[in-house]
Formats: sequence, C-alpha cells, structure tokens
Amino acid sequence: MSGCKPSKAPVAGVSSKKIKIAVDPVTRIEGHLKVEVEVKDGKVVEAKCVGGMYRGFENILVGRDPRDASQLTQRICGVCPTAHATASVLALDDAFGVKVPTNGRIARNLILGANYLQSHILHFYHLAALDYVKGPDAAPFIPRYDNPDLLTDRIKDAKKAAAVNQYGLDQYLKALEIRRICHEMVALLGGRMPHVQGMVAGGTTEAPSKEKIAKYYARFKEVIAFVKDEYLPLIYTLGTVYPDLFETGAGYKNCVSWGVFPLSDTDPLDLLLKRGAYIDGKDVEVDPAKIKEYVGHSWFNQSKSGLNFAEGETVPNVDKAGAYSFIKSPRYADKACEAGPLARMWVTNPELSEVGQKMLKEKYGINAKKVRDLGDKAFSIMGRHVARAEETLYVANAIAGWLKQIVPGESTYMEYEVPESGEGLGMTEAPRGALLHYVDVKDQKISNYQIISATIWNANPMDDMGQRGPIEECLVGIPVPDPKNPVNVGRLIRAFDP
Amino acid sequence: MGLNRREFVKLCSGTVAGLGISQVFNPKVIQAMEEGAKKAPVIWLQGQGCTGCSVSLLNSVHPKIKDVLLKVISLEYHPTVMASEGDMALEHMYEVAEKFQGKFFLLIEGAIPTKADGRYCVVGEKDGHEITMKDLALELGKKSLATVAVGTCAAYGGIPAGEGNLTGATGVKDFFAANGLADKLVVNVPGCPPHPDWMIGTLLAAWQYALGKGPLPELDSDGRPTLFFGENIHENCPFLDKFDNDELADTFMDKDKCRYQIGCKGPNAYADCYKRRWNGGVNWCIENAVCIGCVEPGFPDDMSPFYEEG
Repeated sequence: MSGCKPSKAPVAGVSSKKIKIAVDPVTRIEGHLKVEVEVKDGKVVEAKCVGGMYRGFENILVGRDPRDASQLTQRICGVCPTAHATASVLALDDAFGVKVPTNGRIARNLILGANYLQSHILHFYHLAALDYVKGPDAAPFIPRYDNPDLLTDRIKDAKKAAAVNQYGLDQYLKALEIRRICHEMVALLGGRMPHVQGMVAGGTTEAPSKEKIAKYYARFKEVIAFVKDEYLPLIYTLGTVYPDLFETGAGYKNCVSWGVFPLSDTDPLDLLLKRGAYIDGKDVEVDPAKIKEYVGHSWFNQSKSGLNFAEGETVPNVDKAGAYSFIKSPRYADKACEAGPLARMWVTNPELSEVGQKMLKEKYGINAKKVRDLGDKAFSIMGRHVARAEETLYVANAIAGWLKQIVPGESTYMEYEVPESGEGLGMTEAPRGALLHYVDVKDQKISNYQIISATIWNANPMDDMGQRGPIEECLVGIPVPDPKNPVNVGRLIRAFDP
Repeated sequence: MGLNRREFVKLCSGTVAGLGISQVFNPKVIQAMEEGAKKAPVIWLQGQGCTGCSVSLLNSVHPKIKDVLLKVISLEYHPTVMASEGDMALEHMYEVAEKFQGKFFLLIEGAIPTKADGRYCVVGEKDGHEITMKDLALELGKKSLATVAVGTCAAYGGIPAGEGNLTGATGVKDFFAANGLADKLVVNVPGCPPHPDWMIGTLLAAWQYALGKGPLPELDSDGRPTLFFGENIHENCPFLDKFDNDELADTFMDKDKCRYQIGCKGPNAYADCYKRRWNGGVNWCIENAVCIGCVEPGFPDDMSPFYEEG
C-alpha cells in the first residue's frame, strides 16, 4: 500500500528538489481538511491548510428566535457541542441581561467540564494515538503508512516494543469506555450527549437531584483515576520514545485564550483557565475589539475582509481567485495566534501535576514546577499533547470541587423575557481552543450571529497581509524524510485537535 | 476477528430484541453478500455534518463499541476513526467498493450540498482533482447494497438545509432521486444525533437478514425503521397523564408537569427515546428539558421556536 502520493514522480529518501504532497482527507479530526505541503531536503518549506466544507450557520441563524441559537449552534461540532452551547448561552445571557444563579453557573461548569474530559480523551486516544501506536491488522486500523514510525519501529528491543504497543492498544480500547462514561456525566445533568439539552440562556434546565450528583460522582472517580494513573503517565512515556517531537512544530508561539469555567457570580473574569493573550513573547490583556477576521485567501467576498465580529458578514464566493479555504483567518491585533490546551495552559501557567513534575525530572532531567518551565519544548507536537493531558487533570480536579459546591435540587435557572433588541458576546473555550459567539437581536429575532471557533484560529489560511495560519506556520520546518509517508504532517495537525 | 453464531445472536439480542421487520432489502444482493458475510464491509462518508452521529455511535453499550469496531462490522472507511489518511485511505475505499460491489453498506453522515457543483463539501483529492461529496455519494451509492442515511442531516437535510442555507443542502434519498437513483434502497436513521442502538440495530437487522437469520426492517413513510421510530413520543411520555389533566409546566424547573407549554415537540416526534433513554439510560431530553423533534423531516424549521408551544 502506498502512502500519500507526491504529485511529481515519487522520490525515495531525502530530495533536494521541491516535492508537493497533498494529504486529503486529513483523517481522525472533526470535519473536512486537506493539507498541501512542499518538501525540500527532507523538510517542509511551504504549507497550505484547506478547509473543504461550508454549511453557513451564520446565515441559517438569521431571523430565528434567539433562544434557539444554543440548540442550533452546538450542532456545529459533535465532539464539542457543550462548548458551542456554552458560548451561545453566554452571548444570550449578555443580550437578554439575565443573571445565572450560582447553582446554574456550577451546573454549567460540570456539564462543560465533563465534556472537556471526554473530548481530550477521545482526541488523544482515538484521533492522535494511531500516529504512534500500531492498531490490529484489521479495518479501521489498516491500511497504514509503509514507514509509519510507530512505537514498534522506534523501540529496538522487539519484546519491549510489542509490550509497550500492546499497552497502548489496551488503553485505546479502555479509553473508548472512559470517554463514554464522560458522556454519561454530561447527560446526567444535560439530558444526553452528543448535543446537550440542558444548556439554555438563564442557566441549565435541571436542578440536579442528590441521586444524579451521586451518579455523576461515581463515574467521575473512575475517569479521574484513568487520567491520573494512565493518560498522564502514558503521554510522558510517549515523549521519551519521541524526544524529537518536543523540538518539532513551534510555529509563532502566539497564544489566545478567552478563558473558561467561571468561579464567581460577580466577576466574569474570575476563571479557572484565564483570559489572556501571549504575543511576541509578552503577556497582554484581551480586548475583543482587536479581533478581526480576514478572508484574503478564503472563499468569501473580499469586501468583507478585516471585520470585527460585531460587524461580521459571511458571504461565500467559491470562484474567488487566490482563495483556497472555507475557513476565515482571525487575527488578534493582526497577529496569527494558536488556540487550544497549550495556549490556555501557557496563559494560565498553573502548576504541573505531581506525575508530570516527577516524570519530567526522572525521564528528561527537567526541573519543572509550572507549565512555562517547559520553555520552548511546550511549543511542539509533544508539548501540545502534554498540555492537553495536564489540562485534563487540572479540569478534573476542579470538577471535584464543583461537585462539593453544587446544591442538590436548588434552582439552576433564572426566568427572563426576550428583549426587543440587544447585543451579546459569549467568550469561552472549547476543549480545542478559544471560542466566541456574537449575537445581535432586533425585533426579538436574530439579526446577526457570528461564530469564531477554535479550528478557525488554528487551521486558517494565509491572511491579507501574507501571514500563514498557525498550523501552516507550524508545518514549515517539520521533518518529512520520506515524502511517500509524510507521518509528521498528520501528527502536527492532530496535535492541535482541529 | 469475526463472531461465531452464538456471540452474534447475543450481540443482536442486546440491541435489536424483538425485531418486527418486513420486506426491504433486495434478496439477490443479500445472497451475494452471504459469502463474505461474517462481516459486512461498511464505508462511512461524511458530508455537511458535525461528526455527532459518529461520536454517538461510539457511545454504544450493547454491543460495546470496541466489539462493534473489532468484531461486528468491518469499517473499511471512516474519516474520524480510520488510521489511514490521504491517497492511501481513498485508494483503499475505492478498492473495497469495487471488490464488494453490490455487497457493502454505504453509511452517509451529513447533508449533501448540491449548489456550486458540490464544491461546498470536498471530501478528498484524486490525481490532483478534488472529489466532492456529491460525486462520491453518487458513485458509491450506485455500487452499494444499501445506503443508510445516518442522522437527520443525511436523512432529510437537517440544519444545513434549514431556511437561510446557501448551499443547496439535501438529504440522501432526495439527492439520489434527483440523480437517477430513485430505486436505490435508502434507510433513514434520523436523530440529531441518532441513538447508537438505532444505528447499530439497523445495521445488525440488515446483516441478520443477509445471513438468513431474520426478516427485513419495516420502514415508515419517512423511510425510518418502525422498530425504533414507530411510536409517538408524547403518546408514550411519562408526563402524558399530566398533559391530559392540564398540568403544564411553565418553567424548566417545574419537573412534575408536562413540558408542552415550554416548547416540547414530543407530540410531533416519533422515536423510542421515552423507553430507550440516552447515554446508557441515565437521562433523556424530556426529563432534562424538552424534545426539539430532532428525528423529524421538518427539523429544525418546523420545530422552531424550540421553546414556544406548538
């Protein structure tokens, strides 16, 4: 079975000629993505990220009852519907001027938090891990690359390699069960998953009974044990087999995080994972006015380029010259920024887990207390996986606290009237990164709705100023010694969880 | 890999207990399938969707999803779970479609956009040319034994086909009919997303028939297996007597009354959520909030506003 075909004649080994490789479809992600890279001397020298699907939620939302937005927009993504629902209800709360009760804030955290656990576990084990672990020799685990650079290729001692791989494979199967259990946690408080009924403007729809909280807790204990005892150690162990991947895929090192999991009823910026940006090596405060979306290389009308979301318009134009993606290019202060667990953990900079600190010292000789102690290693393929695993435990620990705070049976919802007009902004964090919903209500109907999701931040095309999107920038420089088997291309993209 | 008969029957009884199924699948192609039929190859395509149907499939409890993936079906192409990518994945898909022509199941998730010659959804690239969902669905639809439209987008167009859409999104059956495949068997398994039991149950029922072990699934006028979509949610709802006694909730917090007045679309929706419930049976939409009628051909436009009576 061949790998991904170079468009020129296949060249074995490193070539000094430029070779173009298209990986289409990029699989084990949510949605439709193609990546096109040019490889020279065994490294990527140019990259294009192509979003191949357009549905037009923004246009479909216009004219509808604004309360419907949280149900409709969560159907943008079946992996992180709770995040879209959250961003939407935050925007609606803002537009309607409704104040969510304390119990509602906590219930929302427990709903979104459980899906964080689900999404991160699904992402690592079921989307990313097959870039490292060899699956069984049956569909859907075959075909695979000729030179897949798996654990079994890297570990020279065949017996040890087989044992490590088997451990990875057992974990893949166990994680299928664990992520399902996380969905049960979401469903207990939110009705069902995917697509959660319980997240509405004004709070959540069910004041959970003692019994439901107990059921949630019973499941949670199993999940947090898996994260602490299996997921985190596995990630750090994987890094010892792939030390090169701690040096691969740095990109701009610019980050945005809108922050998530409110800890206070009065201060909207008192968040578990902080709001902030990190641009050109400096921490900066977030000002939503500095977010603009460019469409210079996107299939949208050029006259709508460089707009802030509050004036955003989405007019597709599939015939536009020079365009190559349905994804717009959002920029913060005109800079391309990455979003996701690494961005959040870098901005928040919490202490690393005990497991992390111990393993970093023992296996890597790194004395690290906090995320930023990882330094440049954080901005890499493996660094992004570490950040995600660390964040999984960080959120899980917070869930343990919220479970003690939630009051059984106490209202989680505040009644309100839909006003004639209003404007609302919902900024939160999907598991895969910064998420923003903006709603403008006129005559009690949606007159404008704009969504800037995490994938839009990461997988966007070149902007009007000629800056590549973050994933494109990260791809440049990554090693592709064998153009027929461009293993690192997929690895880099999947480390972002697009 | 593969299952012996005992294991097979055990799996089926977990999900599709009490199948009341009638004539659907073409016996000729079924017979052709029998030779390789310990496993029926499945090719799963994604159009304009959110992957929520695939994620819901992963929530299967009976049978466990690991058994589904490793033992029950041979999932030869699935963009979200297969190891392979790029040309290698596409070549494999074409090979399977050729080798098992008339024998494989085509599962489609997501709507099919028809405007701009299908360019609103590009699913791959072959020899430097883009492959649209529109063209690939037709090509594989012709070759498949049967097509299962998984989820409301694939069944009826769903949200991508809602008012205001610019892409000409459509469901599989209508799309096939408009392109000369009106006679092609399409089974709709709607829901946003569908319950894992509905998806796996439909596949198992079809496969069981293919093995000569059972009758064929009966479909309603909207192309759905009546096994799962045969009864009205409201008529079977635990809060029906409250409705009959005019005890209607006027807030989400009022959990003892019927939710009709706060927007429940149960009276217009046909599915067995009321007894099956969701996510291992821990909860369901009406216990938590309201039904928004996601299994119906008119979703979302006919069900909107979701939080208004009617």
